[in-house]
Amino acid sequence: MAIASGLRAMMKTTAVRLSALYLVLFGLTAVALVFYMTSLAAGFFIGETRRAVQEEIASLGTVYQRSGMRGLVVSIDRRARAPGAFVYLVADPTGRIIAGNVRDLQPGVLDSEGWTREPFYYTRFRDGRDDSANGDGDGQPDIIADKDRPHAMAQIFRFENGLLILVGRDLGEPQRFRTVVRRALALALGLMGIGGLLIWFFVGRRALKRIDAVSQASSGIIAGDLSRRLPVSGSNDEFDRLSDSLNALLARIEHLNTGLREVSDSIAHDLKTPLTRLRNRAEEALRKAESPQAWRSAIENMVGEADQLIGIFNAMLQISRVEAGYTKFEAAPVDLAMVAADVADLYEPLAEEAGGSLVSDVREGLVVSGSRELIGQALTNLVDNAIKYGTDPQAGEASAITLSATSKAGTIRLTVTDAGKGIPAEDRKRAVRRFVRLDESRSQPGSGLGLSLVDAIMRQHGGSLELETAPSGGLAASLVFPVEAVGPKSPSN
Amino acid sequence: MKVLIIEDDPQASAYLKKALDEAGHVADVAADGDTGYHMAANGAHDAWIVDRMLPRRDGLSMLSQLRAEGHRTPALILSALGEVDDRVTGLRAGGDDYLTKPYAFSELLARLEVLQRRNGQGEAETVLHVGDLELNRLSRQVIRAGQEITLQPREFRLLEHLMRHAGQVVTRTMLLEQVWDYHFDPQTNVIDVHVSRLRAKIEKGFDRPLLHTVRGAGYILKA
Repeated sequence: MAIASGLRAMMKTTAVRLSALYLVLFGLTAVALVFYMTSLAAGFFIGETRRAVQEEIASLGTVYQRSGMRGLVVSIDRRARAPGAFVYLVADPTGRIIAGNVRDLQPGVLDSEGWTREPFYYTRFRDGRDDSANGDGDGQPDIIADKDRPHAMAQIFRFENGLLILVGRDLGEPQRFRTVVRRALALALGLMGIGGLLIWFFVGRRALKRIDAVSQASSGIIAGDLSRRLPVSGSNDEFDRLSDSLNALLARIEHLNTGLREVSDSIAHDLKTPLTRLRNRAEEALRKAESPQAWRSAIENMVGEADQLIGIFNAMLQISRVEAGYTKFEAAPVDLAMVAADVADLYEPLAEEAGGSLVSDVREGLVVSGSRELIGQALTNLVDNAIKYGTDPQAGEASAITLSATSKAGTIRLTVTDAGKGIPAEDRKRAVRRFVRLDESRSQPGSGLGLSLVDAIMRQHGGSLELETAPSGGLAASLVFPVEAVGPKSPSN
Repeated sequence: MKVLIIEDDPQASAYLKKALDEAGHVADVAADGDTGYHMAANGAHDAWIVDRMLPRRDGLSMLSQLRAEGHRTPALILSALGEVDDRVTGLRAGGDDYLTKPYAFSELLARLEVLQRRNGQGEAETVLHVGDLELNRLSRQVIRAGQEITLQPREFRLLEHLMRHAGQVVTRTMLLEQVWDYHFDPQTNVIDVHVSRLRAKIEKGFDRPLLHTVRGAGYILKA
C-alpha cells in the first residue's frame, strides 16, 4: 500500500514525467534509426550483389566468346552445381527451364530483359537437380509463402535464337533478416526500458526526497518558526539554488517580521505611555480642576501630549513607509553645502541658546542625487541630537558642533561632529533601532525615532548612517551617500 | 469668509464647521466628491477645504477639473498622507496649500486666512509697514521709529514674511515652510528661538510690542 502510494506520488514528480517522456522519445528515435540503418544496409547489399553479378556475367561473356552458346550453357550448368553458386537459369523461348539451379521463380520475371527491377522470389534445387530432397523427406516441396522464399537480383539476357539466360545472386531470406532486426530492436528497446525504469525510480525518488525535505521545512516555517531554513545539500544544483533564493526570501520576511514585532512591542510601550499620561491628565482634570484656568491648563497639557503622540505616529509611519520601500521621491541633484548651510542657519540659534555653537564647514560642489527635503530632515535630526545629547562633559552644556563633508572611496559623507561624550561602540547599532533610547537620553524629551528615521532615509538614498567616534571623543554621525548617486539630472525634474 | 468643506467624515466636517463658525466664518459642507464639485463650481465660496480621499470622486481629480474649468478659488488640501511626494502631487493638482491630518485647527485657520489674503497683499510692495516698523525689500533696510535695526539675512527673511502677513496668525510650521522651505515638523523649539531673537532686535528699546505670541497657534505681527 505504502509502496503503491509512494509510486503514485513518484509518478507525479517532474523528474519521472521527464524521464518517461525521454524514454518514449529515445525509443521512437531508436526504431527510426534501426529502420534507416536497415534500408541503408539493404541498399548497400543490393549494390554489392549487382557488382558481383556483373563480374559473373563478364566471366560468362568470356566463356561465350571462346566456346559459343554451347560452351556457355555447359559452363552455366557446371557453375550452378558448385556450392554457394550464383543463381543461373537457361530457358527456351517458351519459358521452359532447361538448365541452371532454379526450379521455379516469380512469374513474369522472365518477360523483361536487363536488370530485374525488384528482388524476385524463386526456388532453388537443393542439391544439384534433386528436387525431391527438400529436407523433410515427404517428397513434396515445402509450402512457403512467396514473400518468405529466397529472393534474388538478376540480369536477364535474350539471345537471337530465343534462348533466355538469367544470372543473378541470392539475397537470402527476408524472413531471417527481419527476425534478426526485430530481435535486435526488441533487445535495444528492452534495455532502454529497463534503464529508463531505473532512472525513473532513482531520479524520481531522489527528487521526491528533496521535495519532501523542502515541504517539511516549509510546514515548520508556516507553523510559525520563521528562523527555520530550507535544506541545502551543497551540490549547488537547481534544488539548492531554489532553496537559496527561498531562504533569502525567508530571511527578508523574518527581518520584516522582526521589525514588525519590534514596532508592535514599541507601540505597546512608547505609544501607550503618552496615551496613559494623556488619560491620566484628563482624569485628573475631571477630578480636581475647579477654576477655568485649571481646566484650561489641563486641556492645553493634553493637547501637548496629543501633539507629541501625533509626532511619534508620523515618524513611525514615515519610517515604515521608507522601510517597506514604497515611499518614492523625485531624485534631483542636491548640493550638500546648501543643505548644510540651511540646517546650520536653522539650528544655530538653538545651539547657542543651549550653550554650544554650530558651524557648517561644507565646501560647495558636493552633489548627491536625492531629495533635499529628506536629506535636510536627516541632517536636522542629527543636529538636533547633537544639541540635545552631545553635551560637553565638563560644562554640561551643548558643545561645539561642526558640519563637514568629505568625498573619498566612492562615497560622499556629510558628518555632524559634536564634542560630547559620544556613543560607546557597543551601543551604536542599538541606537539606530526604533524607539531605542540610550540611558543618557531617557531624561530628555524625544521619541527614540530620530536615528531610525535618519537610517531609513539614508537607505532610501542607497547610502547609510554611520556613527563613529570623533577625534575630540564626541560623536561623528555621518550620512554616507554612494558616489554613483551623483548622476545626470533626473529627467522627471 | 465663506468656506466650502468637502469632507466625508461627518464628525470631522461638523467639527470644522463649528470651529469656523466660532472664528467668524461661514461654512458649507459637501460629503462626497460629486456634491463637492457642484457646490464648488457655483463659485460662491472664498476658499475650499478639500479632503483627498472622498467617496464617488477623489479630491484631487475633482480639484484638477475645477482648475481646468477656470475656477481660481484658493484650495487647502487635507490628507492623511504626509509624504513629500503626496504633497507635491496635491499641489500639482491645483491645491494652494496642503495640510496633513491630524492637524491643529489653529494651523488650518491660519493657513486659510493666509490663502484668503494672499492675492495682492505685500507681494509687489517694495516697502512694508507695520506700525512704526518699516522694511525695505530693495535696500534690505529695517527701520523702526527712525532707528535702523541691523538684521542677519535669515532674520530679515523672517521679518519680511511676518510683515507680509501682518495681522494674521503665522504658525511655526508655516514659518519653517515659507522661510526655510522645509515641510517637516520642527522637532524642538527651533522656530521659537529665531522668533525670540528677532523680537529682541525689533522691540528692544521700544515701548510697544509688535510681535505677539498666539498661544497654541503661532505668532502675529501687528501694531
